Amino acid sequence: MRTGPEANEMKERYASDILAEFFRRMTLVREFELRAIEERRGGLIPGFIHSCVGQEATAVGACMALSQEDVITSTHRGHGHLIGKGGDPKYMMAELAARSPGYCNGRGGSLHIADFELGILGANGIVGGGFPMATGAALGFQMRKEKRVALAFFGDGATNEGSFHEAANQAGVWKLPVIFFLENNLYGEGTAMHRCTPIEDLAIRAQGYGFPGVIVDGMDILAVYEAVREARERAIAGQGPTMIEAKTYRYRGHYEGDPQVYRTQEEIQSWQRKDAIVRFRAKLVDSGLFDDGDLEEIQGSVIEQLDEAVAFAASAEKPAVEDALAGVYADTHNGLVF
Amino acid sequence: MSKMSMVQALNNALDIMMAENEKVYCLGEDIGWMGGDFGVTRGLFDKYGPERIRDTPLSESAIIGAAVGSAMVGMRPVAEIMFADFMGVCYDQLVNNAAKVHYMFDGQYKAPIVVRTACGGGFGGGPHHSQMIEGWFMNVPGLVIVAPSTPEDAKGLLIASIEDDNPILFLEHKALYSKKGEVPEGKYVTPLRKARVARQGSDVTIVADSWLVHKSLAAAEVLAGEGISTEVIDLRTLRPWDHETVLDSVRKTGRAVVVSESPGTGGLSADVSAVIAEQAFGDLKVAVKRVTALDTPIPFSVILEKIILPSEEDIIRAIQQIYKQS
Repeated sequence: MRTGPEANEMKERYASDILAEFFRRMTLVREFELRAIEERRGGLIPGFIHSCVGQEATAVGACMALSQEDVITSTHRGHGHLIGKGGDPKYMMAELAARSPGYCNGRGGSLHIADFELGILGANGIVGGGFPMATGAALGFQMRKEKRVALAFFGDGATNEGSFHEAANQAGVWKLPVIFFLENNLYGEGTAMHRCTPIEDLAIRAQGYGFPGVIVDGMDILAVYEAVREARERAIAGQGPTMIEAKTYRYRGHYEGDPQVYRTQEEIQSWQRKDAIVRFRAKLVDSGLFDDGDLEEIQGSVIEQLDEAVAFAASAEKPAVEDALAGVYADTHNGLVF
Repeated sequence: MSKMSMVQALNNALDIMMAENEKVYCLGEDIGWMGGDFGVTRGLFDKYGPERIRDTPLSESAIIGAAVGSAMVGMRPVAEIMFADFMGVCYDQLVNNAAKVHYMFDGQYKAPIVVRTACGGGFGGGPHHSQMIEGWFMNVPGLVIVAPSTPEDAKGLLIASIEDDNPILFLEHKALYSKKGEVPEGKYVTPLRKARVARQGSDVTIVADSWLVHKSLAAAEVLAGEGISTEVIDLRTLRPWDHETVLDSVRKTGRAVVVSESPGTGGLSADVSAVIAEQAFGDLKVAVKRVTALDTPIPFSVILEKIILPSEEDIIRAIQQIYKQS
């Protein structure tokens, strides 16, 4: 399992503004999730929330290794991916609250946020639904000779979907510029991975498709970032896909309200001791580049940003009733409008 | 004008669109080196190369999904699913992604894909190579379903479909592939969502699609000898279908027979009948009559298949029957 550099080496290799941004975005993901849960309890947000608390390093590390022109497909546990790719919490919160200025005018909700400008091809409510879309986007880039990649986020459960096999084989044979990024959090909803998958390291599946599978510490943002950066270079050099398996853990239930009878408190606590944000924060201080005051200031600005996001969502217009019917069909080039 | 089979007309449409727009490409099983199971892409591989006439692994879900993903970043894919019966293995990508991205992402993305597929029975293909499958997709808002019945329409509708910004399921009936007809030269568009009056008449309206348009026309010819004037409407686009042309005709004739190669339960024929009953009830002289496939899978034996699928005689009988009642 690959890990990231220690504090001294980190100091040599990374500019301090990117390190601060790693910390800021991870904090934003964590605080966004906690705030969304709170606002759901308070009634602002309807429907389901599948929080990614605990998985901040995978989402942010992977997305920050991409360029804005690169695209991602996301999952039901996708808020971190969106923030990682640069999504604005204001429009995310508004979408979660099913408000008109939200990313999708309240039509998508938590499970279906997309942003064309940021190359977010959408979170997907179907497990495994995004794999072939990512390979398709990568195919488009390859055919047009653009130096862009597609990254598909997925969980351990999705590797047992047929779409994974089909897309991985297709990507392998066509050497598509795609990154299969697995956030292995050990559970597909309430079923432990060992109960439904006969191997421990899912990255070995990549071998069967003719491309490398890399295992990284998903609680270490620098390890994640480096692995994706490398995979991206490989992809745009025409060397084809990479699968990255990041070992991580979600601290909260599959959904908010999940009684979590399938795991123990001890197990949850053992992962919380490896918390990505806490460890990275300590590393930043150890490096001497930041002191506690700097980091508290970043945290404060995140909280402020979320206060604004919630206020924005709460006061935002609800979708107009006539919007229910609009846009089922796209306008067409030949003048026909459905 | 030149005389062409439907296969040649479709090939011609692909050729025109690929020459015009380099974002148009084809992907599917055996469409390149082999030229396609039915020959629709024959010759295009040599002309446009393996990138744009792309042989795929046997992975229908990855074919449709890749088409959707590439369309979302600006390509214009034309996917081929060898037999329509195989649509079951890529249902999710078409129904949950292609048909929904425009609506659920509030217009930020479009999925302008065309999925061509060979459908229909009547040749002993058995349960997995003979089905009409528009019924599987009738209930999917956001999809457009197109089914040409002539080579001329096949070319014009395929060009229109490639130019359209919506996901399109393009149903090519196997019995029609070799059927020849006059086809205009060059590029032209046959409008989507617009039915064609294939034969004018005043006593009864037949609403049909694809292969059954030809059986309906043959039936109309026989009925003309009996003094019954039959109008035949070829739907061409099955979803969203052209209510106006159908209702105008039914209001004129007062009698409607809806013909479909799919089972009647829950399908296109049920929808057409319901809309006629809801919107033209006062103009009907007699209840709407349906002539559809029976509610069974398609059996291998041609003797059995003949019993299941609607025939020219079934259509004639249905019309004689409602004509007697009114």
